[in-house]
Amino acid sequence: MRVRKVIDGVSEKVMCSVTAAVSFLVVLIAAGLYLKARPIMEITPIKELLTSSSWHPLKGEFGFYPFLMGTFWVTFLAMIFAIPICLLCSIYISEYAPRKMRDVIKPLIDLLAGIPSVVYGVFGVLAVVPLIRDTAHRINISTTGYSVLAGGIVLAIMVFPIIISVSVEVIQSVPYEARESSLSLGATQWQTVKKVVLKKAFPGIVAAIILGFSRAFGETMAVLMVVGNVPQVPHSIFEEAYPLTALIANNYGEMLSVPLYDSALLLGALILLLIVLLFSMAARLILMRGGR
Amino acid sequence: MNLRHVEERCFKVLMIAATFIILGSLFAVIGVILVKGAGALSLSMITQTSKGGYYLGKEGGVLNAIVGSLYLAFGATATSLLVSLPIAFCLQREYVKARTANVVRLSLDVLWGVPSIIYGVFGFTIMLLLGLRASLLGGIVALTLLELPIMVRAIDEVLQMVPRELKEASYTLGATRYETMFKVVTRQILPGIISAIILAFGRGIGDAASILFTAGYTDHIPSSLLDPVASLPLAVFFQMGTPFPEVQERAYASALILLIIVLLLTVSSRLFSRRFAKFVIR
Amino acid sequence: MYHITIKGLNVSYGNHHVLKNVSLEIPRNKITVIIGPSGCGKTTLLKSLNRLLELQEGVRISGSVLVDDESVYDPKVDVTELRKKMGLLSQRPYPLPMSIFDNVAYGPRIHGTRKRKKLNEIVEKNLRAAGLWEEVKDRLKSPAASLSIGQQQRLCLARCLAVSPEIILCDEPTSALDPFSAQKIEETLSELKTDYTIVVVTHNLRRARRLADYVGFIFLGELIEHGGKKDIFENPKDERTRRYISGESYL
Ligand SMILES: Nc1ncnc2c1ncn2[C@@H]1O[C@H](COP(=O)(O)OP(=O)(O)OP(=O)(O)O)[C@@H](O)[C@H]1O
Ligand SMILES: [Mg+2]
Repeated sequence: MRVRKVIDGVSEKVMCSVTAAVSFLVVLIAAGLYLKARPIMEITPIKELLTSSSWHPLKGEFGFYPFLMGTFWVTFLAMIFAIPICLLCSIYISEYAPRKMRDVIKPLIDLLAGIPSVVYGVFGVLAVVPLIRDTAHRINISTTGYSVLAGGIVLAIMVFPIIISVSVEVIQSVPYEARESSLSLGATQWQTVKKVVLKKAFPGIVAAIILGFSRAFGETMAVLMVVGNVPQVPHSIFEEAYPLTALIANNYGEMLSVPLYDSALLLGALILLLIVLLFSMAARLILMRGGR
Repeated sequence: MNLRHVEERCFKVLMIAATFIILGSLFAVIGVILVKGAGALSLSMITQTSKGGYYLGKEGGVLNAIVGSLYLAFGATATSLLVSLPIAFCLQREYVKARTANVVRLSLDVLWGVPSIIYGVFGFTIMLLLGLRASLLGGIVALTLLELPIMVRAIDEVLQMVPRELKEASYTLGATRYETMFKVVTRQILPGIISAIILAFGRGIGDAASILFTAGYTDHIPSSLLDPVASLPLAVFFQMGTPFPEVQERAYASALILLIIVLLLTVSSRLFSRRFAKFVIR
Repeated sequence: MYHITIKGLNVSYGNHHVLKNVSLEIPRNKITVIIGPSGCGKTTLLKSLNRLLELQEGVRISGSVLVDDESVYDPKVDVTELRKKMGLLSQRPYPLPMSIFDNVAYGPRIHGTRKRKKLNEIVEKNLRAAGLWEEVKDRLKSPAASLSIGQQQRLCLARCLAVSPEIILCDEPTSALDPFSAQKIEETLSELKTDYTIVVVTHNLRRARRLADYVGFIFLGELIEHGGKKDIFENPKDERTRRYISGESYL
């Protein structure tokens, strides 16, 4: 009898401590990155680090602006492609598609959500990059194909299954009665979807999009392979870019002998983390609003 | 009156087009990898480790990467299951208040969104601090961090569907919380746990950024936790990066191997999941 | 001597005050039947006796419940021992997600019975007592979920008996059974009362009449009346009780 109680008590202690530890992991990571990034912030003001375009580690110049822009444009483009297409597709699958088709497509999309990101990267190099190069040449734009556009397309394809599988679920969970009352007032199916279903499903769809966003935003390998990695502020979607994640992946661990280089890269990681944090919090807020 | 129907028509066409784009692009991914990869795939790719000069186009295979990836993913999935189950159980009413649980859930959501490269960087920083070099152990730790939030969230979700009365049935017989959780609830959510494992494993075996610094790369199959270890995603990445076409071809083949492992795993888990649901109470 | 003494028990779910100042004595080795309209708080009363209620968020409980003169809500009480002493059959049967055999053996196992032979004995004895043995003796290994609802209800009874409780709390134990099986459970309960203190919640007034030694009538969370079967059924003091048992509209 005693033994059972002791096991129960000990297991509670262990479980709660593990949980507490993991809950503080984000804080721990942020603090660790901050500590490591402090040396560079002490030398160069953070504002200058973020707005300067001059990246010359050997001269001690660390301007993050091109990389921030690289990350921004690639992610932005990916979301511009993915959001409308995914929304239309999710609505089609959940509202219009015949049952049989839905039963085939949904598991298929879940399956595809598991494809590793390097595979998308290889696909990008093999198919997307040449396609962009050839198409651009035809309209007289010279590009290697390794470009913001390639990154955007590859990322968009990568987040399709993530966004769709969540939003289909959300749309399907809108109760049937909500639709019925609109349909019985003589609204067309599309009007019902637009005015009733999407309205109810809105918070969930936003959450789905933010899930997709954080995957795209933090993706390293697939992007790295197709964006060209030239540290410049891209001026058109056919130019090369150098996202922050790619910068870290390419240089961290190797250039530790250059003074402040690792500090700068960890600052990059910290910036990534803070942005993701901001978006998850925003998502949570939107969801809570919608829940009421 | 007619305008509405025109609008409906237009959108329906757009929706079908979008569905085609999505299915088309996803099949294109698989198709391209299959065609390009199958051309370069050979038996020696999967039965031999990389020999010296492999990355210059000499003979050898990626067995070291295949085995390494499996080691890494199994290790990380097992570790994160070990940590996830207690966390997910702990989020229940028996252990904490609903409000506390929601705070923990929020922090798990944040962890879910943390880019994998950050786990890699953070893991490597810690390893530097401890004086460890890139190793199987380091890779497993970094991947565990990546898989943990995925798994806890998935298990937590199925836990919330367990009827309260089922737990009450166990408590009425005088069971402790521990017994109820590990003997009753675990069996009830077994199918959910299995899919959480598959989900996390798939994510773990495919991720490259988190093991880039922490696991290292080697031509050998590691013999201890402290040896560096090769992995398929990095094999793909490094082979793509060489200037030799024949090595790049091998990258496609390696990508195909990775893809096949992931797809096989997912499909078979779907087929077997019914077996685990035998005892589940609805 | 009373086995369970409830004094001034109040229960609320959030702002919803469900049990209002309930006081009731439950005699040893007798069957006490609780009757009352749906939603009046009968299930809540039973669950507050073995402290199942505290597993829910936002439940507030005050007042005292004494079992064998020991306070149930005393923080020093070992709640698992307490619950072992008081078996509860829930309104809907919830078998555990395991085989039929393991369902019945679960309780004895967690309380330390390990020997296979002993477990076999316990399982057979209690399945017989619940009138289920003949139906399942050839498929003890199959999942409990594969049983019909009525069989599950009897399985839950066997499971409850297997930990040898002193008190059995039954929340409509026969709601999913055909009249014949219900009759059998009723007989089982009547036999069991020599060894156990039994509390039964039921909506079926005829069954209440047959089973009861004592009766309590709850209405909108208040215990309106309680006493011997004769007093309540033949000579109710309260107008609401009279209406309820005579089947008139009680509102
Ligand atoms: N978990 C809960 N949260 C909030 N309110 C609850 C909860 N459980 C029960 N209630 C409320 O408490 C009241 C009493 O419920 P209870 O289940 O005890 O009724 P009952 O007498 O058993 O009814 P029935 O005969 O239909 O089973 C009801 O109004 C019910 O809505
Ligand atoms: Mg009830």
